Amino acid sequence: MTDNENKRENEDGSNNEKTNEIENVSRRKFLKSSGIAAGGVVGGALLGSLLGNPFKSEPSTKVQPLSIDYGETRQFFKRKSDFDILNFATETIYPEDEHGAGAMNLGVPYYIDKQLASPWGQNAEDYMRKPFIKKDQTSLNRGEVFLRGLRKLNEVAQKEHEDEFKNLEEEKQIELLKKFEADEVEMEFVSSAYFFELLRQTTLEGCYCDPMYGGNKNMEGWKMKEFPGARLSYTDYVEEEDFVALDPVSLKTQTQ
Amino acid sequence: MVKRMDKVDVVTVGVGWSGGIVASELSKAGFKVVGLERGAESSVEDYVSSKDDVRYRQRLEMMEKLNKSTFTTRRSIDEEALPIRNKMSIKIGTDVGGGGSHWAAQTHRYFPYDFEIRSQTIERYGEEKIPDWMTIQDWGITYDELEPYYDTFEKTMGISGEEDPLAAPRSSPYPTPPLKKTAVMRLFEEATKKLGYHPFVIPGGTLSEKYENPDGQVINACQYCSFCERFGCDFGAKADPVITVIPTAKETGNFELRTHSEVKRVLYEGDKATGVLYVNTLTGEEYEQPADVVVLTSYTFNNTKLLLLSEIGKPYDPKTGKGVIGKNFTDHHTSPGIKGLFKDRKFNRFISTGMLGSVITDFAADNFDHTDVDFIHGGHVEAREGGNMPIETNITPEGTPSWGKEFKKESLYYHNRHVSFFLQRASMPHKENYLDLDPTYKDDYGDPLLRITNDFTENEHKMDEFLLEKGDEIMKEMGASETQLNYVEHFDGNLAYQHNSGGVIMGDDPETSAVNNYMQMWDMNNLFVCGASAFPHFGTSNPTLTLGALTYRATEGIIDYLNNGEGQLLKTESKEEKV
Ligand SMILES: Cc1cc2nc3c(=O)[nH]c(=O)nc-3n(C[C@H](O)[C@H](O)[C@H](O)COP(=O)(O)OP(=O)(O)OC[C@H]3O[C@@H](n4cnc5c(N)ncnc54)[C@H](O)[C@@H]3O)c2cc1C
Ligand code: SF4
Repeated sequence: MTDNENKRENEDGSNNEKTNEIENVSRRKFLKSSGIAAGGVVGGALLGSLLGNPFKSEPSTKVQPLSIDYGETRQFFKRKSDFDILNFATETIYPEDEHGAGAMNLGVPYYIDKQLASPWGQNAEDYMRKPFIKKDQTSLNRGEVFLRGLRKLNEVAQKEHEDEFKNLEEEKQIELLKKFEADEVEMEFVSSAYFFELLRQTTLEGCYCDPMYGGNKNMEGWKMKEFPGARLSYTDYVEEEDFVALDPVSLKTQTQ
Repeated sequence: MVKRMDKVDVVTVGVGWSGGIVASELSKAGFKVVGLERGAESSVEDYVSSKDDVRYRQRLEMMEKLNKSTFTTRRSIDEEALPIRNKMSIKIGTDVGGGGSHWAAQTHRYFPYDFEIRSQTIERYGEEKIPDWMTIQDWGITYDELEPYYDTFEKTMGISGEEDPLAAPRSSPYPTPPLKKTAVMRLFEEATKKLGYHPFVIPGGTLSEKYENPDGQVINACQYCSFCERFGCDFGAKADPVITVIPTAKETGNFELRTHSEVKRVLYEGDKATGVLYVNTLTGEEYEQPADVVVLTSYTFNNTKLLLLSEIGKPYDPKTGKGVIGKNFTDHHTSPGIKGLFKDRKFNRFISTGMLGSVITDFAADNFDHTDVDFIHGGHVEAREGGNMPIETNITPEGTPSWGKEFKKESLYYHNRHVSFFLQRASMPHKENYLDLDPTYKDDYGDPLLRITNDFTENEHKMDEFLLEKGDEIMKEMGASETQLNYVEHFDGNLAYQHNSGGVIMGDDPETSAVNNYMQMWDMNNLFVCGASAFPHFGTSNPTLTLGALTYRATEGIIDYLNNGEGQLLKTESKEEKV
């Protein structure tokens, strides 16, 4: 599966990334780029200063050494080693950079842990009757897919680099995840691409969920996207010509 | 042991928009109605504190769970179908209100062309314009005949809208004014006008102002909060059966709503329905509900499935083209789209309602000359505000990976610097796209699953290319620095947004249709089947306004039937009337 195959339009005209796990990836997306429209070319640096653009083009550096947070109770993962792999795998997908926190500091691993412990992680609302005749119709539930996938990551890391996934250099971690994404790693009962898409999807969920779910710590994910969260009303801003920067609001403010 | 309930005038199966309309109109007319709904009771109180992306958009709290039953899909009649296992692939309403509670509420009328598509196409372009495989037919009703019912349903919902300059005449203006325009909508208007098109604000049921409908139900003013499509509205500002037709029915004292009641069969003797068999989903107990009139309002899929399981009507055979139940299935909402990236402009993309946007219909229906194009019908170009939900909105320039450093940087940058077009377009029926019962997979009760055989046709592919080209031109005129065209090739088993039609289609000939234009079964005079299951093809836009209008008309037919005897309601010369 390539980057663009997993996209479609939403009913509400929102963006066309298909957020579900892959069930069937035959829908193809054909991208045609029109390139830069004439007249629309503005120098990047100039543009940045004009708009107060926080996106600098310097190579990113990790602001602080990342360490795994063991401070919360785990609801799904039993083995610390599985949780460790999860931490670094999610961080590879959504790394810390000059814009802000990455998956680990956003709390993504705990978000995923809770989701896998939920009915969703156990496929409680899915049709799970036999026969299962294709790997993208796996008989494993999402929790089981995660355990097998994460352990497979370590297994491949050991085999190819003689070390655990979490200890590998970033480049090697990326390279390994790419193999899973491209379905080049053989797994039993499920495809490695399926596992990868589940990992990617839940990582993004953890970055941008309401903080009540354990991810998106301090609404950092929303702040990076300038998304104002669960606000009750935008009536006063609908007709604004210019962008309105609003502080994000968590659902927490509405549940008392 | 099946427990027999007391007989009522009307039993309706499923209580969403169509079931709600049947309940309100029949109970207002003094008839005793029972509504059997497989899901739970719902109220606006359920929607409070629901601005929760994970629970409602990602995990689809309000949609049908698939653990007890699902559907199988395949692309051609030679393939083995596989079950849809994950509900992300088929979003269907459940609980009282059905899809009408979490819908986006976009409501266009169909065009006069839709209702007479076969004859008008032949008249204008000749018979050879219609390919052999395309089983289009006239609907057995005209726009003018349906117009009063469109008007009624728009008034029930309080639709906010601006008139489409290219649409057919209306008997009255929209009940409430159009929604406010965002910067994106204004930019779209400017660009499309410049190109000679006719933009207008999308009409819909997220209301621009507080409104009281003719039944006395009040709908509040929309707050543009964006947590709308796939959510219930906590402000009571979205047209929803739960705050309109269902309370109207309840207030009459003639309507009894029974939840957790899943109908398994239509019961009949000879060519007369006697009632339905249903199961209490909490206890597993079986009940029989006798009624003078049985109405199926359980959405396209279950309407078709119930007829097939009950062995009513002749199942469609794609090899011979004979039979009708299951015929002319279409999956509409897998539509192409365009993303425009705006390198140097930011928009308030997080502001929306379910359907906020502007649209042109210049390329819909027969609004333009099709002589030089290789397809019939057409589609919209819609500039839609989508609410920009952050989990699923990750816009990046072409060639950017879908994760990692580069992805993060670009998806943050373009989050508010893009515009999205949705190209809703018509779906024409193919003789091999149909519904039947799956030979392998079963539901929890041991009944076969409904099998969907479907793929997109040449007509859609040609139309998509055409619409993408037009849309791309508009997006560039708006100033996009990059445009990305999303073309749909094959059906992949994902059915989105309850935009499915066919299976129990209407028409004026019992050989090629299952119901007449009162939604009355040709084969069973006291069985009415309401919903998009009746559409012989899927028009350009969302189905609910049209299916609701047809249901309003059906209720007139049912009242007529209950008052005046037991015949076929359709009195045409070619049909003999069985009074
Ligand atoms: C996310 C989303 C967005 C949408 N947006 C739009 C839009 O913008 N505009 C538009 O026009 N349409 C939209 N739709 C489609 C719209 O929801 C449907 O057209 C509409 O709900 C159909 O109404 P209905 O009454 O025929 O069926 P439903 O609303 O599906 O109601 C059927 C009811 O029957 C019940 N039922 C089913 N089987 C049984 C059984 N065997 N026994 C008892 N009860 C049963 C179901 O639980 C349900 O409550 C959208 C749909 C979705 C999912
Ligand atoms: S956008 Fe409007 S109609 Fe939709 S949920 Fe929000 S307030 Fe209600």
